[in-house]
Amino acid sequence: MIFRYCLQAKNVFFLGEQVFLIGPGAGIETCHMLRQEGRQGDRGRVLIELENVSYSYGGGQLLSDVSMQLAPGSFHFLTGPSGSGKTTLLKLCYGALAPTTGRLSVFGEDMGRLDRDQMAMMRRRIGVVHQDCRFLDHLTLAENVALPLLVSGRDPKGEEENLKELMQWVGLGPRAEAHPPELSGGERQRAALARAVILSPDIVLADEPTGNVDWDMSQRLLRLLGELNRMGKTVLVATHDLSLIRAAKSQVQARVLRISQRKLQLAGADL
Amino acid sequence: MIGALSRNLLKGDKRADRVVPPSGFTANLTLFVSGAMAFLAVFALALSLASGRVADRWASELARSATLRINAPAEQRAAQTEAALRVLRQTPGVAEARALTLEEQAALLAPWFGPDLPVDALPVPQLIEIIEDEPGYDPSGLRLRLSAEVPGAVLDDHGRWRRPLVDAANALRRLALISVLLIGGATAAMITLAAKASLAANAQVIEVLRLIGARDSFIAGAFVRRFTLRTLLGACAGTLFGMTAVLLLPGASEAGGFLTGIGFQGIGWVLPLLIPVTGAAVAFAATWVAARRKLKELS
Ligand SMILES: Nc1ncnc2c1ncn2[C@@H]1O[C@H](COP(=O)(O)OP(=O)(O)OP(=O)(O)O)[C@@H](O)[C@H]1O
Ligand SMILES: [Mg+2]
Repeated sequence: MIFRYCLQAKNVFFLGEQVFLIGPGAGIETCHMLRQEGRQGDRGRVLIELENVSYSYGGGQLLSDVSMQLAPGSFHFLTGPSGSGKTTLLKLCYGALAPTTGRLSVFGEDMGRLDRDQMAMMRRRIGVVHQDCRFLDHLTLAENVALPLLVSGRDPKGEEENLKELMQWVGLGPRAEAHPPELSGGERQRAALARAVILSPDIVLADEPTGNVDWDMSQRLLRLLGELNRMGKTVLVATHDLSLIRAAKSQVQARVLRISQRKLQLAGADL
Repeated sequence: MIGALSRNLLKGDKRADRVVPPSGFTANLTLFVSGAMAFLAVFALALSLASGRVADRWASELARSATLRINAPAEQRAAQTEAALRVLRQTPGVAEARALTLEEQAALLAPWFGPDLPVDALPVPQLIEIIEDEPGYDPSGLRLRLSAEVPGAVLDDHGRWRRPLVDAANALRRLALISVLLIGGATAAMITLAAKASLAANAQVIEVLRLIGARDSFIAGAFVRRFTLRTLLGACAGTLFGMTAVLLLPGASEAGGFLTGIGFQGIGWVLPLLIPVTGAAVAFAATWVAARRKLKELS
């Protein structure tokens, strides 16, 4: 599925040859329909599934008996105190860590059974915004954002238009030639989001994407994540910022997962 | 996967290479060391070829032959020659003994006295050529018998003193070949160290690349390309300098013997051209192994 990003001010989608306007109300319906069409194969299939997963870094158990299912098109927040294991849980989801016990499957495949090349392929379908962004500092921002294209063997030259629109979408058009260390925290996080979605992944995992930005900027990032979700992406956002979660309720239908005392719980509506 | 990598290597990929940050100083070190190694390899190769040629030549001249010289007054010469031949034919270990004709002796002396020398008019000693068979005769026993029966005979078994020289030349060839192998091994070790240092210095880069879905072959390829090309470049320069230096050595001549024979002859000139290719292959393999090992440590 090819889609091009051009949302910014006018809230316009290009999807293949079609153009959709997203206004309040109706537009979102359109996107829902699109999602249903585009994801026929995935319908009813769980994208990421954890079954009784435990994890420990060597000391005591950090996560124990965690079970979770991310359905296609869902939007989840993951919250919990600092040091409770949010980043660790996300790392388990994209295979940077392997569970100590339990079963973890991604796209219906047991993660433990993937070889190194299959793991790389799996990661191309999961866009990750890392808590510390993780750029290559000797490359420009545009090159960093286009890096997933390069490593997956696609010619970034041929996707230059896409890249430009994407940079516009996250509001970094004028900063494309800057190097990551020259950017502000918020700019880096928006760039990280752009890099996470450039391969049009099925899942977007974002670790504190609003970690060091002001309220307005965090709202902007949240809107970008909401737009991705309406395009059909499954989104999981780790954050300890409860007001962000509350603000999101008006934009997306989100569930909140909370890590508390090494367990993962579905938080109620009392946030 | 290695096939795909080498195709990729030949194509070259500027963008993919930029993924690993440039490393000015260590890059120059790799260039220098591979150049120096290639230079040394050229000499070791030239030495092994030259000593091989010397060993072969001396060995064939040796051919288990000896000479009997008969210094006798003209009137006794024929008789003594006859007597010496008789003794030789009865000596175990002598396959063949033959008196040289006047013409053959004149030809041997011609380089010194000119072609018009009247050999028959001069008191030139008669020469008898002796061909040994396995396992050879006993020279001291033969000398004893000859001194009793042919007083004017002197046995000159030049083959015997040349044999150690042939052994020495063969040992030299072996040493030179071992040097070539050691140079190859040292190059592999050096590239491995350099590649490991580079992989360690770029651990962050590698981790990021893995996280965004790069396959091992992509990451290893960036490093392998870099080190293979550097080694190829350095080795080409080193080989060129080495070959020029060998070319400038004094040419082979009879008078200079072994020392002036160091160099390449004819088809031998193709051999040093294999040095850069071999060096690049060694660098390719060394970096590939180092990169695979490093990547295995990452998820
Ligand atoms: N590589 C590691 N080795 C050992 N312990 C680690 C490692 N990484 C994290 N930890 C520990 O695991 C715990 C959970 O870390 P994690 O990063 O998952 O927390 P978090 O919920 O993301 O916190 P924050 O909200 O501050 O980002 C922490 O106590 C941390 O010190
Ligand atoms: Mg964290």
